[in-house]
Amino acid sequence: MSNATPQLPVSLAANPKLSSWVKFAPDGEVAISPGKVEIGQGIVTALAQIAADELDVDIGRIRMVRASTASSPNEGVTSGSLSIQQSGRAIRQACAEVRRIFLGIASDRLGVDPTALTIEDGTISGPGNISTSYWELAEEVSLDRDATPGAEPKPVAQRALAGRSVERLDIPDKVLGKPRFIHDTALSSMLHGRVLRPERSRAKLDGLTEDVARAVPGFVAVIRDGSFAGVVCETEAAAEAAIAALRKSATWLAGEALPDENNLAAFLKAQPVESTVVGTRTSPNPRRKARTIRSQFTRPYIAHASIAPSCAIAQWNGDRVHVWTHSQGVYLLRTDLALVLKIPVDHITVEHLEGAGCYGHNAADDVALDAALLAKAAGGKPVRVQWSRADEMTHGPFGAAMAIEIEADLDADNEIVAWRHTIWSNGHAARPGRASQPALLAGFELEHPFPRTISSNPPQANGGGADRNSIPLYDFPSWTIESHRLLTMPVRTSALRTLGAQGNVFAIESFLDEIAAERGEDPLIFRLRHLSDERARDVIRSVAKRANWKPAAKAGTGYGVGFARYKNTGAYCAAIAEIEGDEDIRVRKLTLAVDVGEAINPDGVINQIEGGAIQATSWVLKERVRFDSERITSNSWTDYPILRFSEVPRVDVELIQRSETDPVGAGEAAHAPVTAAIANAVFDCLGVRVRDLPITRDSLLAAMERG
Amino acid sequence: MPVIRFRLNGVATEVDADPNRSLLDILRSRLGLTGTHFGCGSGECGACHVIVGEHAVSSCDTPLWSVADKDITTVEGLGSAERPHPLQRAFIAEQALQCGYCVPGILMSAAALLKRNARPTEDDVRAALDRNLCRCGSHNRMVRAVLRAAEDMASS
Repeated sequence: MSNATPQLPVSLAANPKLSSWVKFAPDGEVAISPGKVEIGQGIVTALAQIAADELDVDIGRIRMVRASTASSPNEGVTSGSLSIQQSGRAIRQACAEVRRIFLGIASDRLGVDPTALTIEDGTISGPGNISTSYWELAEEVSLDRDATPGAEPKPVAQRALAGRSVERLDIPDKVLGKPRFIHDTALSSMLHGRVLRPERSRAKLDGLTEDVARAVPGFVAVIRDGSFAGVVCETEAAAEAAIAALRKSATWLAGEALPDENNLAAFLKAQPVESTVVGTRTSPNPRRKARTIRSQFTRPYIAHASIAPSCAIAQWNGDRVHVWTHSQGVYLLRTDLALVLKIPVDHITVEHLEGAGCYGHNAADDVALDAALLAKAAGGKPVRVQWSRADEMTHGPFGAAMAIEIEADLDADNEIVAWRHTIWSNGHAARPGRASQPALLAGFELEHPFPRTISSNPPQANGGGADRNSIPLYDFPSWTIESHRLLTMPVRTSALRTLGAQGNVFAIESFLDEIAAERGEDPLIFRLRHLSDERARDVIRSVAKRANWKPAAKAGTGYGVGFARYKNTGAYCAAIAEIEGDEDIRVRKLTLAVDVGEAINPDGVINQIEGGAIQATSWVLKERVRFDSERITSNSWTDYPILRFSEVPRVDVELIQRSETDPVGAGEAAHAPVTAAIANAVFDCLGVRVRDLPITRDSLLAAMERG
Repeated sequence: MPVIRFRLNGVATEVDADPNRSLLDILRSRLGLTGTHFGCGSGECGACHVIVGEHAVSSCDTPLWSVADKDITTVEGLGSAERPHPLQRAFIAEQALQCGYCVPGILMSAAALLKRNARPTEDDVRAALDRNLCRCGSHNRMVRAVLRAAEDMASS
């Protein structure tokens, strides 16, 4: 045992009031209020498991409360694979203390020592048939008190649910088609809004003729403020008709030029930048370098491309507004809404409702502001606003394009002596609620606009942004890692799953593969030889065993390996890809080994890893935001294809369970290793090193020509 | 406006609306069946699939007039909490989704497949679902769930 003063988990320290996390309802339920939200990752179920375990109640009694600024703890944003780490630890600790408090009261009431009491499904019993329950005692116990360090959560062996693949609580509703999504939420007398956005990038709205829109049956209002324009109607069909009429009448002033989509590296390297040295290491006994090798890697802008267009509902009551949203951060969104709407934050309630799968900062926050602006003209009625597919694909923030150069000094034996990794990229985060200026799209379009946010990077302590995973986990004797953040941003970027990790790991793991190939050494053994972290070695050895590394060479088939520890502090993941390649690449199978520490819901972790692996395959083989000099052109599924059922590889996941190690998230662990594994398998198959993502027929040909 | 008649989830239904409106819009805003989801509005993603006659079709680009006198099944008609369809049971058993927004459309494509081919191979399932997009990467679980449902239906 450590003698250090016990400390509260971060989320609980920031929101210490126990009643903000746990409440006993009179009907025999327990309400658990996390500040994190369900975004399709199954977090709500995992958090319910933790609470049920710690309180000793049946999981059926746990009612998970949706996050709202009206009552929930403020846990910032649901991102970065941190929900289990932050919310999970807070709930475990809060419930442990609540349990202890109730045992104390029960002991007084029943006249028995607390150690003689047991709790089973919320019933607290002692010797000789005496018993009470959480619910009987609830009135006597105020949980409106601050958590104190020291309550000890149960030892692993006594947890009944953590570590078990409990069925997700939300799945029955979703397969039965019951209204669960914000898109399916109908409020009384709700109206429908649509917003007009320019096709040409950042074009300013000039003329607008409203007559035809006003003549649409069911028309309620046109709203215009600078370049922001929209309609409110009684039905969705009417809103669609009215916005189509407005669009037809609109004239636009010139927009802003976009870079050359076929030469992203040149664009990224030519911009004004803010430069940071991310990390250095110097060898005390430098070996002599015999030569230096260098390669450049790129990844394109990538769209979130959620299956549902973003949606929000807003309702004004005097100078107060209630907003329903699928944002990842209700408090952060509230901060920016207050800045744009120019009202105090306590006049705004932001409440979460589920949206479709969310893979980072998409348009959820933008549409929430759209709804709040349009609802001003609705006379106190709620207004539901939904973006079009085209707007979803073109106006939401994208994952940032990256150019990465790696240079290695090799000695006479082709061993690595020094390593240099340089990144050029826009920042990977422009989330709302973080700056003095709002980061919401309509805010940039108003008559008196706020300046467009230029994306920045989270600090290294939080995993970094463009530089995420750029510091090697390998034991190279020396390195210099540098990041150049663009100070211009013609294409809007913000957080997409893994931030810069996908690009950096693609570059690192590809370059290692090149060196191993040059040495004639097995790439897996080469990696193990440079890794001293035992958990890292374990996932690599496990995946190798599971995939029978390395299968015998077969014409037209290739195998590649990739490894990373997400953020260098999170989940360990190693992947082996089996691909078939000729003029096209087909990924046949992905084998992964993953270590997230304690896996609260093992099937949930595997589901996340499988999903991440398949999404990464889609990124690698297909995805690239397309644009010409003035507009984003990939505005449909035809122009922005993603992986289809017939193209999806088999995915086989080995989970290394470490019940005694604090849990970390799984949602972003697979993307980077899978990206690298596929690229390395392409080289194994075809002898061609593709350094520019995505790996398509075109990029294969370009790489072959380059030689 | 002409009244359009069809059978919806086994129930005779009449709608008095502009016959050019999309079936999806009618289902969701007129008939209150929100299980069928809007994804793209142009028949490219499958989120709005329903069964018309024997085929899974995109309801977002199916005009109301075209379903006159047809049999339509939506996810709400597939099964209920009390009597879930084998596909719904299998999707729960396989935990075959992450966000679940695309699932109603996928269930309808799968249900249409199982009607015409009671014992599909894995490749048959993938081919039948190829017009449905899933962004979370739950494809393989969904394929397993469809095969499991087929097995259940064959053995019951």
